[in-house]
Amino acid sequence: MTGRFVRLGELDRAPLAFSIDGEPASGLEGDTLLVAVLNQTDRLRVSEFGDGARSGFCLMGACQDCWLWSESGERLRACTTSLEDGMRILTQAPGREWLKIAS
Amino acid sequence: MAEDRIIVVGAGPAGVRATEALVQAGLRPSVIDEGQRDGGQIYRRQPEGFLRAKSELYGTEADRAAKLHETFAHLKPKIDYRPETLAWNISEGSLHVVRGAQSEALAYDALIVAAGATDRIMPVRGWNRAGVYSLGGSQIALKAQACAIGRQVVFLGSGPLLYLVASQYVKAGASVAAVLDTAPRQLRVKALPKLLARPDVLLKGIALDRHLRRSGIDVLTGVHPVAIEGSDERGVEAVSVRLPGGEVRTIACDAVGLGHHLRPETQLADLARCAFRFDAQTRQWQPEVDAEGRSSVKGIYLAGDSSRTLGADGAEAAGRLAALAALKDRGHAVSANEMARLTKTIARIDRFRQGISEAFPWPHQAAAELSDDTVVCRCECITAGELRAVASEKGATELNRAKAFSRVGMGRCQGRYCGHAAAEVVAAAAGLPLEQVGRLRGQAPVKPLPVAAGVALP
Ligand SMILES: Cc1cc2nc3c(=O)[nH]c(=O)nc-3n(C[C@H](O)[C@H](O)[C@H](O)COP(=O)(O)OP(=O)(O)OC[C@H]3O[C@@H](n4cnc5c(N)ncnc54)[C@H](O)[C@@H]3O)c2cc1C
Ligand code: FES
Repeated sequence: MTGRFVRLGELDRAPLAFSIDGEPASGLEGDTLLVAVLNQTDRLRVSEFGDGARSGFCLMGACQDCWLWSESGERLRACTTSLEDGMRILTQAPGREWLKIAS
Repeated sequence: MAEDRIIVVGAGPAGVRATEALVQAGLRPSVIDEGQRDGGQIYRRQPEGFLRAKSELYGTEADRAAKLHETFAHLKPKIDYRPETLAWNISEGSLHVVRGAQSEALAYDALIVAAGATDRIMPVRGWNRAGVYSLGGSQIALKAQACAIGRQVVFLGSGPLLYLVASQYVKAGASVAAVLDTAPRQLRVKALPKLLARPDVLLKGIALDRHLRRSGIDVLTGVHPVAIEGSDERGVEAVSVRLPGGEVRTIACDAVGLGHHLRPETQLADLARCAFRFDAQTRQWQPEVDAEGRSSVKGIYLAGDSSRTLGADGAEAAGRLAALAALKDRGHAVSANEMARLTKTIARIDRFRQGISEAFPWPHQAAAELSDDTVVCRCECITAGELRAVASEKGATELNRAKAFSRVGMGRCQGRYCGHAAAEVVAAAAGLPLEQVGRLRGQAPVKPLPVAAGVALP
């Protein structure tokens, strides 16, 4: 899957490895989490209201469309969170995913 | 004189200039900003380690950006600066702030709110699809992260930011499929007398338009948005608009930057119980301020975009003036001449602001024409049809009642992106003037708090 965003410059930065729902991914030092994910794939998450893929909206911490989760269950606002090496990101709250498997 | 406890919310142009005036008066204000770095929206900074020059990031405004950043760097050791800190409530003379899991109440004698603005959005069918971003968001992707929001980008909406962001995309090497302005071009001619209040800024605007045309970009004006087409799975695939002649044009793209100018961030003013007034020209509620930035509540001052959209230069002047007003009210000696000069500058910039809102009006008529299945609230997928139903069947023609019945404005963004359009939809459905529908009241916390903060909500 190719990314939704296109990098237009600042390519000379250290690569950082992370994962999205267990799949290996890579970003660059200085990326926000949103930008790192959307350079790998075309979405951040799937809307809980049934209208399909979502990829953030405001990029300035105002709309809250970009929530992702860490494996420990911490909610991360992807557009205002910096990517860190080794981050393990989930696109659904871990509790919910577990419920899904159980049902 | 006893220590004055003054807090500034926001480290954009307005907040920085307010802070500077306070430090010059010998005070050590607290400055609260949610961002990692100072600069606010227009002078937003790229992360450490990025190499683009200021001229690349801020274009004609590079010098002003450099000056503002320098000023703040000098102020930092003299103030209590709290970056990455959200001001989330105001109660009994205290501002409640949270940083990570750390929450605190800061008592103040005077509070200067310079919280900026967010994009004002008129929904279009399909604007909830992946790949649609606010205009401001499209700009942030480029300015702060050196990315385009897609491979083929359409910019849709109205206002100066539409042309600015499109032009910045072209300069940075992104592919812009079209610029679609809902405002008819002739309105700019009509607004000219007011726009001439700032000839330099007017010329910069004309240059942007010209740059786009010279670059071969389709710039269509007076369009009526029909839909952002695509699929739930893949997101945006095209934008359709009806041209003034009636022809429908469909433009293929994989991303849309959408916005109709700005709306002020007024939640903190609301929580401080400031009075609001309806501005008939822009069709929005604004906190009442006097010419020097005093709100209706003693000790609360409002400056910059969070009271009126005056742009960056206006924000700098209004920030400084609000701080001088606060100092004066607390018994400090301030220069009456300087205050008079700033008031005059702001009046001129305000005339230009009126010209801009005449030239690029909020397309309120579009609300009545939204199909029933158009999503108005992106957060919870509440449609225009659902809103019309609560207005007509439940008689909920006051916005906060419509909110209670439909949940519009209760979602993640707390009405920032749907509030204005929802009011227009309800007003049109009920056949009421917009001001009678009211406005969504700001509530604490002004943004969702980190779960770990564990603060007790009021
Ligand atoms: C996304 C966007 C892009 C823009 N780009 C341009 C541009 O390129 N050119 C132009 O002329 N104008 C632009 N504008 C208009 C611009 O807002 C003004 O020109 C100028 O930045 C206004 O300055 P300000 O100080 O009033 O607010 P801002 O610059 O918006 O600063 C407000 C600050 O307050 C902080 N803040 C807000 N609420 C809270 C809170 N509750 N707690 C803590 N901190 C808070 C924010 O983090 C921000 O740093 C843009 C506006 C937006 C929204
Ligand atoms: S994209 Fe809007 S809050 Fe992150």
